Amino acid sequence: MERVGPAAGMTTKTDYEMVVGLEVHCQLATRTKLFCACGTDGFGETANTRVCPVCTGQPGTLPVLNKRAVELAFQAALALDCRLAEESVFARKNYFYPDLPKAYQISQYERPFSTDGGLDVALKDGRVKRVRIHRVHLEEDAGKLLHEIGSKRLDYSLVDFNRGGAPLIEIVSEPDLRSSEEAYAYLTALKEVLQHAGCSRCDMEKGEMRCDANVSLRARGRGELGTRAELKNLNSFKGVKDALEYEFRRQAALLDSGRRVVQETRLWDAQRQETRSMRSKEEAHDYRYFPDPDLAPLRAAPEWVAALKASLPELPAAKRQRFQSQHALSAYDASVLASDRELAEYFERALSGLPGGAKTLANLVINELLGKLNAEKMTAGRCPVPAESLGELARLVQAGTLSSKGAKDVLARMWESGKPAAVLVAELGVSQVSDDAQLRDWIEQALRAQPQAAADLKSGKERAIGSLVGVVMKLSKGKANPARVNVLIKEAVSR
Amino acid sequence: MAISEEDVRKIAKLARLDLSEDEVRLYGGQLLKIIESMAELESLDASSVPPTASVLGLANVLREDEPRPFDDGDALLANAPEREGPYYKVPKVLE
Repeated sequence: MERVGPAAGMTTKTDYEMVVGLEVHCQLATRTKLFCACGTDGFGETANTRVCPVCTGQPGTLPVLNKRAVELAFQAALALDCRLAEESVFARKNYFYPDLPKAYQISQYERPFSTDGGLDVALKDGRVKRVRIHRVHLEEDAGKLLHEIGSKRLDYSLVDFNRGGAPLIEIVSEPDLRSSEEAYAYLTALKEVLQHAGCSRCDMEKGEMRCDANVSLRARGRGELGTRAELKNLNSFKGVKDALEYEFRRQAALLDSGRRVVQETRLWDAQRQETRSMRSKEEAHDYRYFPDPDLAPLRAAPEWVAALKASLPELPAAKRQRFQSQHALSAYDASVLASDRELAEYFERALSGLPGGAKTLANLVINELLGKLNAEKMTAGRCPVPAESLGELARLVQAGTLSSKGAKDVLARMWESGKPAAVLVAELGVSQVSDDAQLRDWIEQALRAQPQAAADLKSGKERAIGSLVGVVMKLSKGKANPARVNVLIKEAVSR
Repeated sequence: MAISEEDVRKIAKLARLDLSEDEVRLYGGQLLKIIESMAELESLDASSVPPTASVLGLANVLREDEPRPFDDGDALLANAPEREGPYYKVPKVLE
């Protein structure tokens, strides 16, 4: 095993630039596998309970293509601005591995169903970068190998074919990414688009989204590409980022010392935070692709494609734009709310019947609700607080009946009890006093109690208002509406 | 047209076949005959025939996305040389 890799923050002799292309596999959100009627719900279920003669490669069986998988794949390609091929062909990729019962994987090779797309990726510095998509093709997943049970390492391997034959799209980007951050941002944008479009759930923990990276280095400003390494086993977005950064250091050290980067497949070891050469794979790289005679070609009839395109939901980029223009939200608020389809739908449901309350509602959702959802690892679609109830809560805040602090307390109770906002406001006694007569009464008392502050404020010392508001809050046991109190104090002293 | 013993060994390896020296020569000869037969096709003028992956004239043979669970998974496992519980058991293949 090779062990090169100085610590982070190394300086290199040459100013290198990272060149990265990503190959992302996403499982399509179908009910059944790509070529047989076995369910795709086998994750976490007993091994080999979603299998049949087709997906276990029994002799004499024939694959039949899943129409829904094709539709979702086409929609994914359309959402990624790809060109759909009039006709595409399935090919056999031949290799022996125990997770592949037929000894070939049905994939697409020379004639994938789509090519030449692109994805706009929002970068941290505010720029938007267009990452070109080389191709998207359809293929079946392999089974899953187990090498240990619990913490016990086995001296044999176990195979579970529950996910064997599940429908995947492989999305191959051009080598347009220039840093680990860009790779991370690309994956984030890709996941958002595919989830929004309903093509894939992209649940990484279930292996529904997986990523390989091709990475090479070159002196900044140079045109030609360096020799690349292919990184595998990148099981999270953070894994991709860490592995690319490690690989940058490894390759820079090699190049700086006059050595060469070897073209090879390297495995990311998340525990050791390093990549290592996977020599055993090299022999097997002769896949002998050929068209699968068991499958007819796939044709993308224009009417079919048009109908699929028309039924695509609004995509994140368009949604962000609309949230800014239609609801007058900031770019930040819009991007947070539009990043997740369920969250965006929840927000808009809560917003109906709350004219002009978008900002108040956005604050509640982003600052309060999202934290709770994340803490419970819950999607907005399963939020225990109905959208309508959150809308009602926002209305109370907007009307001044409730402070934002009060809203937070009420929300916590709504989360537990599911009771309507108005009921909880009464139960908790957190409603704000916005009644001018009552507020003026407290203000008069405050002015008498703090004559110096009153005089200071009158002579233009704005800061003196703080102690007066403080007295009012104390008298009201924290229930006075502070914004209204400010206005009324100024009125009172200017009389 | 020639096929070297090295070619035969490589093909055998890819097909997971363990061949003796005699077999390498035997199959090498047979493979060569097959390739020569195929080469005869090259004498035909196919310039007006578009390349095709399928001769059936079919396209879009599709099925609906309706689960139909197979109810005899155990029979499939029973075909395996070795099993352990619900799993197929294979020699260790850890990278």
